[in-house]
Amino acid sequence: MNHSNEIAIGFSNIVFGLVFLMVAASLLTWIERRLLGFWQDRYGPNRAGPFGVLQVVADGIKLLFKQDWIPPFADRTVFVIAPAIAMITVMLAFAVIPVTPAIGIIGNLNVGLLYFLAMSSLGVYAVVLAGWSSNNKYALLGGMRAAAQMVSYEVFMGLSLVGVVMLAGSYNLTAIVHSQQHLWYVVPQFIGFAVFFLGGLAETHRLPFDLPEGENELGAGFHTEYSGMKFGMFFIGEYIGIILISAFTTVLFLGGWYGPILPPFLWFALKTGVLVAFFVLLRAALPRPRYDQFMAFGWKLMLPLTLINILATGAVMLCWSTS
Amino acid sequence: MTTFVVDGKSFTCKPGDNLLQACLHAGFDLPYFCWHPALGSVGACRQCAVKQYASEDDKVGRLTMACMTPVSEGARYSITDPMATAFRASVIEWLMVNHPHDCPVCEEGGECHLQDMTVMTGHAYRRYRFTKRTHRNQDLGPFIKHEMNRCIACYRCVRFYRDYAGGRDFDVFGAHDHVYFGRYADGTLESEFSGNLVEICPTGVFTDKTFSMHYVRKWDMRGAPSICVHCGLGCNTITNEREGRLRRIVNRYNGSVNGYFLCDRGRFGYGFVNGGDRIHAPLARGDDGRQGTISSDDAIHRFAALLRSSSRVVGIGSPRASLESNFALRALVGAENFYLGVSARESRLLRLLVGVLDSGAIHIPSLREAQQADAVLILGSDLSNTVPRAALAVRQAVRGGSFTLAAAAKIPQWQDTAVRNLAGDARRPLFVATPVATRLDDIARLALRAAPADIARLGFAVAAILDPDAPAVSDLPADLAAQVGTIADALLAAERPLVISGVEAGDESVVQASANVALALRASGKSGALMLNVPECNSLGLALMANGQGGLEAALAQSAALVIALENDIYRRAEATVIEAALTSSYLVALDHSEGPTTRRADLVLPATSFAECGGTLVSSEGRAQRFYQPIFSKTDVRESWRWLGAAGCAAGYKVCENWNTLDNMVVALAGALPRFSRLPDVAPPASFRVAGSRIASEPRRFSGRTAINAAHSVRDPKPPVSTDSPFSTTMEGYHGKVPSALFPFFWAPAWNSVQSINKFQAEIDGALEGGDPGIRLLEARPHAEFRYYTRIPEGFVPRSDMWFAFVLPRVFGDDEQSARAVCIRERMAGAILALNGEDAALLGVVSGQSVACEIGGEQQCLTLEVHPEMPHGLAGIAGLATVAHALPTFVRITPTGSDES
Amino acid sequence: MLSVLLTLWYTFLHLFHRKVTVSYPDEMPYLAPRYRGRIVLTRDPDGEERCVSCYLCAVACPVDCISLQKAEEAGRWYPEFFRINFSRCIFCGFCEEACPTYAIQLTPDFEMSEYNRQNLVYEKQDLLISGTGKYPDYNFYRVSGLAIPGKDKGEAELEREAIDTRSLLP
Repeated sequence: MNHSNEIAIGFSNIVFGLVFLMVAASLLTWIERRLLGFWQDRYGPNRAGPFGVLQVVADGIKLLFKQDWIPPFADRTVFVIAPAIAMITVMLAFAVIPVTPAIGIIGNLNVGLLYFLAMSSLGVYAVVLAGWSSNNKYALLGGMRAAAQMVSYEVFMGLSLVGVVMLAGSYNLTAIVHSQQHLWYVVPQFIGFAVFFLGGLAETHRLPFDLPEGENELGAGFHTEYSGMKFGMFFIGEYIGIILISAFTTVLFLGGWYGPILPPFLWFALKTGVLVAFFVLLRAALPRPRYDQFMAFGWKLMLPLTLINILATGAVMLCWSTS
Repeated sequence: MTTFVVDGKSFTCKPGDNLLQACLHAGFDLPYFCWHPALGSVGACRQCAVKQYASEDDKVGRLTMACMTPVSEGARYSITDPMATAFRASVIEWLMVNHPHDCPVCEEGGECHLQDMTVMTGHAYRRYRFTKRTHRNQDLGPFIKHEMNRCIACYRCVRFYRDYAGGRDFDVFGAHDHVYFGRYADGTLESEFSGNLVEICPTGVFTDKTFSMHYVRKWDMRGAPSICVHCGLGCNTITNEREGRLRRIVNRYNGSVNGYFLCDRGRFGYGFVNGGDRIHAPLARGDDGRQGTISSDDAIHRFAALLRSSSRVVGIGSPRASLESNFALRALVGAENFYLGVSARESRLLRLLVGVLDSGAIHIPSLREAQQADAVLILGSDLSNTVPRAALAVRQAVRGGSFTLAAAAKIPQWQDTAVRNLAGDARRPLFVATPVATRLDDIARLALRAAPADIARLGFAVAAILDPDAPAVSDLPADLAAQVGTIADALLAAERPLVISGVEAGDESVVQASANVALALRASGKSGALMLNVPECNSLGLALMANGQGGLEAALAQSAALVIALENDIYRRAEATVIEAALTSSYLVALDHSEGPTTRRADLVLPATSFAECGGTLVSSEGRAQRFYQPIFSKTDVRESWRWLGAAGCAAGYKVCENWNTLDNMVVALAGALPRFSRLPDVAPPASFRVAGSRIASEPRRFSGRTAINAAHSVRDPKPPVSTDSPFSTTMEGYHGKVPSALFPFFWAPAWNSVQSINKFQAEIDGALEGGDPGIRLLEARPHAEFRYYTRIPEGFVPRSDMWFAFVLPRVFGDDEQSARAVCIRERMAGAILALNGEDAALLGVVSGQSVACEIGGEQQCLTLEVHPEMPHGLAGIAGLATVAHALPTFVRITPTGSDES
Repeated sequence: MLSVLLTLWYTFLHLFHRKVTVSYPDEMPYLAPRYRGRIVLTRDPDGEERCVSCYLCAVACPVDCISLQKAEEAGRWYPEFFRINFSRCIFCGFCEEACPTYAIQLTPDFEMSEYNRQNLVYEKQDLLISGTGKYPDYNFYRVSGLAIPGKDKGEAELEREAIDTRSLLP
């Protein structure tokens, strides 16, 4: 293949991917509110445009035209950088997702999984720095909570994937999907699936694990002082994070693009969509735990569970290969 | 002290008190109607029923009326006994049977004693389903509104109007439940105390007509303790404000001064504060000779430039401005350039008064002491027309005779009917010596009609009898000598004799004679008291401050480049031609609240506050310094005179006024500069005074419309004004409850919304307020003070054939400059009259009602003739010409002008 | 754990429930006659203003948003101005309860939004309606003792003729 052609395709992939992600994330804000509405016996935003879909546009315009205020007591540089980090890390993580064998930026990266984990670890900086630079006690508490929460849950989030890696024998995400052609890993690795999903919830600090921004205790937590589009970037970053975790769950446990009849892209989208909807359902249904309960849940239940899972997987694989 | 038991608890009261008084004093809420602390008990309404027990073993007891029961030592009573409670509830139900369904349209609503008592007894539902009795109302003049349907026949109005105040044109008519309280026919109530019916009536039969014109409920007004500015007595009032308008004036109890009552001039004369002739912005005369509005800053700069450039500045003080404003002017222009803003005659009289009162030889009585005098001699003063509240006090002093008889018969003073039945017309001696008849003559033992010089001679003669050292009067007519003997005997027989005279006598010799009588009483070992009245609210304060300086004419005699007239219409004080001549080469700066001849003539006019827009101190004729406070916070350029003077003085570089930014600083500066006023800071608490860390709320808790009152102007709520000169907050926020007695913004106690709540603020019922009556007496008698008799006894008055001796006949309504601007007072002002003896009138060939002319104050005056048969020959009384009163007394020629006009 | 899953399931089932939202303004809600909405001043059956400017509504108002001034004409009291600052009003209805003449009434109308707060200040001409509102028959001056034009003393309901003070007859 022509080298320059390859660069052009890669570049268009990147541009298309970014646009698609932005649109999807902003649509997701509308979808979430409509779904929450339905689950709470009401309509949700339904006035602007068909089914209220233009609400997204209205919100975007509003956010852009809001006063972009930086508190005089804030650490200016860090305050501005923090939301950018939030967006950039989740978007970069998308680079390694193989949507289909053809769609994707570097789905074939041989350390794809490690790259994803690395990116999601970097994401914690956004929250911590936002909380720190705001120079506000609620923001700082939110940032500290986020740091503790994300560092803790990252541990077994990573560990939960060890089973998958062992089964697939590769960190290459395309290879992992290929290895699920006959059996989705959600069946042999159900514990891994569950732990990864919960870890993902914690990582995106979505309800019910949104302790860093628990509004009844901390105002709005780490983004208390943020307004206008900077707040918008945290907001969009969070929604892209939801898509990211859902997409990774699809890739790692639900067989990626594999499925009968429908084209591979639609299968991927469908699986991811259901997971996204589940994210929203969790928000609609579950209350937020207390912080100490939440940390205890991670360290005292999830961590042993993943370790057992790894042990069991290893044992089964050992038995399998020897028999 | 007498100990008694109510519902098992012991209380004490003054021996001889009635049970109602004792219970109220002990803090019980015992309902009553017909009893009033100043009127005593008649036991008519049956509302204060309580249970009385014979002994500790008596469990049945019997009902008794608390107001008719003297408290005996160890007696046992019950207020909460079911029988007594039920009795009181049924009494109020009977009273309410005919009471109309019109509280919403009743001016008394919300401060109604009947409402309070109905709630107190628990009568909540009307069971009476039949028809109600109705009455037709009367038009009672510009002050009082009449709505007879509301009457509960407690008789307090007639008892006050006739028995207490001596009115004759108001009575009770009809029979059984058809009794009617009013006049025989429609017409203005004649008594100058008719306004007290508003507060005496426990319900809304008599209401304040002037208040009704711009009516709001009691809870909707800001209140401020104030001092009446319409005569020199210093009656305590409460001023009520809403939306920048002075809504009404009500009485503020001061046990030593006015007690429960005000005169109509004080109560209804407030209209000038809201008047259309108020000056709201500084005015300066332009090049075209017309006055035009300028900004405050501009005005201050112009004034300061004048102060800097003028070689000589003369300040004209004001007898109606506060001590602080007068002091500011005095400090600015220098004591030697500060003159009393009064006529030449008045300044001489005031100087004499200060000499007499400040000598320390004579006790100056408070009004309460005057009320307790047991012999009264009035020399030359028509009290009812000049200082009406003092006339009311004299009336009570005279009535005191019946108390002496009652005490001998062991009847307590509060047993009103019994005392009156027993004593009838028993009166203490009152002697009135005036040129014309007064409204106190009806109770006087002797009413003498004489010219001022003869009145003075009478006084000197009385003094000479009392004390042989006093200068004697030669060639006194025999009949007069007999009367002098009578008077002297009565004064000597009395324990607390009182002599009354004042500036209104119009003649220095009369004041000197009265001083001689008081001094002679002292010399003969009596505790004689001398009451000398002054015409305006701060006349005495001004005179004490001016320290011997002359009046307006002396000021005009100076050739000054700049003349500052402080809150004064100088055209009322001297002849216009004299003023014009003096001012030709001077620049006149006038500070005043309303437009008048002086402000029209002035080259620079600064809008001063009226008494309702500032705080300050006034000295009453008793020498009592009292503080008044500000209910109105004006949004215009109106400022206190001392603030204007201070601002201009600062701008002109005067060091003395650098610190004049708050009233307290002014008071301290004044007290420091003039030793006579050194106790001034103690008159009332300073602006920094706080109760429980809070300012004192000046509005009732339920003040309404806070967020709508300014909404027509702007929907945003404005920041409330802040009072820098008083410890009051300007809103309902702040401390509500017991405050120092000088600081009552309104009287209210739980369950007592009406004026009767005053019972809760008195240290003892009808006595001093808790914490002492407000005000500080600056002039106390000293036991060993030196004194010398006045010896200049005038010649007897000799009528002249061609001229008449014209003197001022005072009038309640119209003589006072400020109250005469009020619309309702104008309605009560009659035309100018000239009073003559009948024979003199015949000599002139004129009859009553005909108009006559005479020259007074350089102007030809046209007056209506009134024949007063009692007047001595050769005298001509002039009434209703307050603007030229400065030229009187003088001899005038009288010429008949028109035909019979009546 | 099971309870969490059940919660999720029950929440999910709400997808198929009926919506409780009333799609105002496409669909107008039913408002009871005694709904506490926009405040009006009514007239008595004779067509005269009912408000006698007694100030009881103003004092009952917990947010102090009513202000008025009494005036009088031939014995009738009426408000010279009557102002309600609806930007403060909390529609508690205390004013209506306090009103002794049924003059002030709350109506089933809440559509009074404004872009400018100043427009929420209603004066008497904005408040006064032509009808009697909820109480068609009541007329305060027919039961009160005051004399007004057309009703002299003793002519109100349950009143006897005005007494003759010159008579001593029972």
